Amino acid sequence: MSLSDATARPAAPSRLAGLPVALAALFCLACLVCVIGADWIAPYGEADLVAMPWQAPDLAHPLGTDQLGRDMLSRIIFGARTSIGLSLAIVTLAFAVGGALGLAAVTLGGWADAVISRIVDLFMALPPLVLALLALSVSGTSLVTLTLTAAFIASLRVFRLTRSLGIDIAARDFVDVARLRRDSTARIMWREILPNAAIPLISEFGLRFVFAFLFVASLSFLGLGVQPPMADWGGMVRENVGALNYGRLTPLVPAGFIALLAISVNLIGDWLVARRGGGR
Amino acid sequence: MNTMTPLLEIRGLHIDATLPNGSTAHLLQDISLTLARGQVLGLIGESGAGKSTLGLTALGAVRGGAYVRAGEVRLGGIDLLTGGPALLRDIRGRRVAYVAQSAASAFNPAFRLIDQVIETSVQRRLMSKADARRRAIELFAKLELPSPETFGEKFPHQASGGQLQRAMTAMAMCARPDLIVFDEPTTALDVTTQIEVILAMRQAIREEGMAGLYISHDLALVAQMADAIMVLRHGRMVETGSVKQVIEAPATEYTRQLIAARGLRHAVQPERPPLLEMRGVTAGYGNVNIVENLSLVVPEGRTLAVVGESGSGKSTLGKVICGLLPAKAGRLVFAGRPLEPDMHRRPLDDLRDIQIVHQNPDMALNPRQRVREIIGAPLGRFQGLSGAAREAAVAALLEQVELKPELADRRPGALSGGQKQRVCIARALAARPRLIVCDEVTSALDPLVADGVLKLLARLQAEEGVSYFFITHDFGAVEALADHVAVMRNGAIVATGPTAQVLQPPYHPYTEALIRAVPELRLGWLDAVIAARKTRSQDAFPDRRPS
Repeated sequence: MSLSDATARPAAPSRLAGLPVALAALFCLACLVCVIGADWIAPYGEADLVAMPWQAPDLAHPLGTDQLGRDMLSRIIFGARTSIGLSLAIVTLAFAVGGALGLAAVTLGGWADAVISRIVDLFMALPPLVLALLALSVSGTSLVTLTLTAAFIASLRVFRLTRSLGIDIAARDFVDVARLRRDSTARIMWREILPNAAIPLISEFGLRFVFAFLFVASLSFLGLGVQPPMADWGGMVRENVGALNYGRLTPLVPAGFIALLAISVNLIGDWLVARRGGGR
Repeated sequence: MNTMTPLLEIRGLHIDATLPNGSTAHLLQDISLTLARGQVLGLIGESGAGKSTLGLTALGAVRGGAYVRAGEVRLGGIDLLTGGPALLRDIRGRRVAYVAQSAASAFNPAFRLIDQVIETSVQRRLMSKADARRRAIELFAKLELPSPETFGEKFPHQASGGQLQRAMTAMAMCARPDLIVFDEPTTALDVTTQIEVILAMRQAIREEGMAGLYISHDLALVAQMADAIMVLRHGRMVETGSVKQVIEAPATEYTRQLIAARGLRHAVQPERPPLLEMRGVTAGYGNVNIVENLSLVVPEGRTLAVVGESGSGKSTLGKVICGLLPAKAGRLVFAGRPLEPDMHRRPLDDLRDIQIVHQNPDMALNPRQRVREIIGAPLGRFQGLSGAAREAAVAALLEQVELKPELADRRPGALSGGQKQRVCIARALAARPRLIVCDEVTSALDPLVADGVLKLLARLQAEEGVSYFFITHDFGAVEALADHVAVMRNGAIVATGPTAQVLQPPYHPYTEALIRAVPELRLGWLDAVIAARKTRSQDAFPDRRPS
């Protein structure tokens, strides 16, 4: 129960309260357009050398050029496709696998829960980066293996969260009632437990999305992620870090886009949670 | 301070709240009251009546999202609504204190009780630490806590629920406030624990000469604690007056209904053959047995009530019958056939025949499903109904539990407590069961609503011939519904037989202790209990008493 001092009517919420969410949605929409239509929107090619390295922004290159003289705006647009597409694939896969396993663990309980949980514990005990390096050096660095590896690592945490949310829900009486009419495990998972865990999972999705982004960036830094000349926002920060020595702010452009996307996705996630949580 | 001004004065108070969907709810409308020093006012009403909202305003507080639309609240002549945060901080704890419903969640588990009890007094420099400790120990003694000298050294988890509730009263009283707001302080307790707490609280209030606002939905209880009563409904005042006036000559129909609630009596029915027999059942978790070697019979089309305090093993027994908790030993016989202990091994027909209705409909109904799905699921599973036939059956069931068919579109969040419990009953009925395990089905409901549910259960039994295994701690519900009663204590049956026989003298001593602990709706009942205790040197159940 939250209490406040008894006073006259509180100030009405500002009309601008919805503005950040609207801006965030707009930004995400723009990113989505880039993901789909990068080839048509980008003014230059992804790997075209069009000017001198680290040129200051001008009309031809609104965000300047990178360390090889490629147009930053074009690379941001192509990078959106790689980074967002990759992260989205990773997180969706992680939630499908981790979420399903988490729900199965709580619904089945007993030894099934114990076995799945201990295996997950085993993998969580290893540092994620080491795990990824191992997997990528064994199976080679393709976008598919990169996605699978990162999804596997993210799914461990998704499993943990789903299980801890689900344990509380599975203990409620309506789940007993469903068991007593012999509903299948899958039906109990999807119809009884998942809808009640959906809200925290949605906000976790936003967070995991951003982490997947950073994870791919750090793998790129080690040369195991996205391979040049393909653009990705995390890789672009690394490529252009040297510009800071020359008084150029080039690496802050992709970094700024990463930050904007992270904030936007979480704003939208929070908004969804508030709307669904408070509405009923 | 001027002794002529009343201690608490509320005039024309309106409190509104902005709901998440943007609409405005009127929590309180045009409430006025005055409370003199040393007086206790009982606030009565069902959930949502605005009792707690009114109680909180005496602390100058509202729940999040609520605000004062009009009116004033004065404590000792000081206006609390315009005084600002600094004034409120000064008033709270020092001049007015609060005792919450759940002491277990109100104490910080990481600190010793005494440090929390004296915190306000010491922090605000009202007393030295040594004085405050002496005061706390004196209050522990007044509240009849065991070994008051050392009681405060316990951590919250080391004290029982009843002890914590008294410790919280001590915390409220420590700084010698003028007014204490008691918000359903004994609702979460067993009757036998409740009476210890209300006895102690009443004596302490009298001896300390403090004023109180006593919030409860239990009219009989408030009649013992208060000097005057205010009845609230839907945020409005229904009537107010002295306790005697309100319970002996109620002015409104609503109050008359409140007083008449709990008056249902079940007619004696001819005996029927057994439907469910439990023979020497032992069950529990891990190595701990909750019930041991227990035998009971539920007759066909009749009700067996199982009464007892929390922890006596009543609910465990309900789970054993459903097969949720397989019995470790003993046999279950259902309609002449042996019943598998484990639900997973029971045939679907046995699962259909035995249904359960839980205590708390909020936990028993999936908040994300609509009533249509909730009631439709067993119809699909057990009756094989789908499409329009299922739809029609849902509507028929809703009608049978006296709900409008339109409610099928709602989710549980949009239903009242009584409506939710009726949906649970409809879901159980959907299976066409022969036995329904009712686990404290009325204890989360307001008295009038609970009465409605009990009447419904009685009617359904007459219509459908279904048997009830009726778990409760409420003797009113037993008399309203049960043909047979079993009194449970520590996992064993201490008394059993036809209702008329078990609930009439001569009682089993434990049954008597349980019955005597239920507050009666008459003046001076508590005083009679106090008097009786003083003459009796030894309590019949020494282990229930603080040692």
